Amino acid sequence: MSDIITLRGVSKSFGATEVLHDLDLTVERGTIFALLGPNGAGKTTIVNILSTLVAPDGGTATVDGHDVVRDREAVKRSISLTGQSAAVDEVLTGEENLRMMARLSGLTTREAKSRSRELLDRFELTDAASKRAKTYSGGMRRRLDLAISLLLTPPVILLDEPTTGLDTRSRQELWGVIRALADNGTTVLLTTQYLEEADQLADRVAVLDGGAIVAEGTPGELKSRVGGEVLAVHDGDGEVTREIPTDGTAAGLRAALSTLAPTDAVSLRRPSLDDVFLAVTTQKGPSA
Amino acid sequence: MTALATESTFIRRSIIHSIRTPDVLVTAIALPVLLMLMFTFVFGGAFESDGHYVDYVVPGIVLLCAGFGAASTAVDVAQDMTTGIIDRFRTMPIRASAVITGHVVSSLLRNLVATAIVVLVGVAVGFRPNATPLEWVGAFGLIALYILAITYLFAAIGLAASSPEAASGFGFIIMFVPYLSSAFVPVSTMPSWLQWIAGHQPLTPIIETIRSLLMGTSMGDNGWLALGWIALILVGAVIWTTLLFRAKARRR
Ligand SMILES: Nc1ncnc2c1ncn2[C@@H]1O[C@H](COP(=O)(O)OP(=O)(O)O)[C@@H](O)[C@H]1O
Ligand SMILES: [Mg+2]
Repeated sequence: MSDIITLRGVSKSFGATEVLHDLDLTVERGTIFALLGPNGAGKTTIVNILSTLVAPDGGTATVDGHDVVRDREAVKRSISLTGQSAAVDEVLTGEENLRMMARLSGLTTREAKSRSRELLDRFELTDAASKRAKTYSGGMRRRLDLAISLLLTPPVILLDEPTTGLDTRSRQELWGVIRALADNGTTVLLTTQYLEEADQLADRVAVLDGGAIVAEGTPGELKSRVGGEVLAVHDGDGEVTREIPTDGTAAGLRAALSTLAPTDAVSLRRPSLDDVFLAVTTQKGPSA
Repeated sequence: MTALATESTFIRRSIIHSIRTPDVLVTAIALPVLLMLMFTFVFGGAFESDGHYVDYVVPGIVLLCAGFGAASTAVDVAQDMTTGIIDRFRTMPIRASAVITGHVVSSLLRNLVATAIVVLVGVAVGFRPNATPLEWVGAFGLIALYILAITYLFAAIGLAASSPEAASGFGFIIMFVPYLSSAFVPVSTMPSWLQWIAGHQPLTPIIETIRSLLMGTSMGDNGWLALGWIALILVGAVIWTTLLFRAKARRR
């Protein structure tokens, strides 16, 4: 079977709040899959279910053929998780963090040492290797966190908002790393709040809102539903007074512009997550 | 990975933590030493006119010291449980609760060092035990068991607490228990309602056993009572720790 992650009718409530409702999702082996959604959509809950931290109330979830409830240990051997909050030991140095996690992952002391060196190098942390993680910047912490996840190369890597809080440069570096993983056959499931990130990285995207998938498809399919650039009209103070979605072509833009007065101030922006929601909730069509 | 390698990795981690937070170690040693000097030189004359109060008070100070030192385990455990690192441990194919074992063993080693220093300072200010080598071994063995039991208790408190700050607060309360025992004054000198508490709480027989081993006071039932209490606290705390760790893992 080529589906390495499956969720079937998964639901989860915390107390009286239903966080996931009858959710179905499949991820094909060797692909990058993005879960796109705003804060509170249920992204972390899905990641936690797949990493055995949270048990679903109903439905089934499997990773690499192993059920996340009945076969936890096998699932743990098939995944590595980079959670939303950095899971590094602040008292230890970067290198000590890597070596400790490597030992816990079953490498020998010698293997742990050489593998740590390799990853420090790859994530440009060699200079900071003997500094305590407490002194690291947000970007360095994230890189260390990700390096720890890559000590072994399990078939599935789960990344919960890996680039949130990173500057543009660190974000693009990380994208490169994630692409390289997928090129080597690892399946990557990541969550993000940014449409652009899903667009840049993912083979397929599921848009999550209020614990349900409201749209799913390739980035291209999603974008075709959103349209292209958005034309924003400003008043004298620079406040946006109107937004006109376009299909991104010259003809589309021309048509949008023709509705405006010659003196109107305008700008173009890329469609955002909000535009996706607007598009999928107004069209109410079947998932692409 | 073998279970032993997991445990030893976590033990090493916790030892590095201990070494890199010297303020904890210094507090665990300095506070009892200061108390000992205060009791010996400031209050000592009032308690016992022959000036041998130091012989009386050192065993009590040693247990007080163990309490101070073990309390930081609650904070260490709570800290691990509230940061993302515990989630990583839980998603690795290891027994994640070994992270607690690491903190407990490290606390045991740290507190044995602190105890040795406190005893040496005691000797420097006039503590003159008349114990045989075997009695010394017995006393240190009992102290080690006590440290182990109370460290596990603090580990459980760390798991029960909602935050490292709360854990630290709980620990502070427990540290008053030694004052209501025979640690600083004989139980017979206390008001009668306090005598009942001091006479029946676990620390009194433990302290009296150490006194008996080091100073040659009469042992009576204290040895067995001490071992019984320690075993009870240890077993209770280990069970409580295990249950709390499982509950925390399942709750979400
Ligand atoms: N342990 C929990 N207890 C109660 N509610 C929770 C818990 N974890 C998450 N939630 C709630 O579930 C919803 C989805 O959370 P989450 O999966 O973290 O979303 P996301 O990662 O997309 O921001 C939120 O409304 C959140 O408040
Ligand atoms: Mg989240």
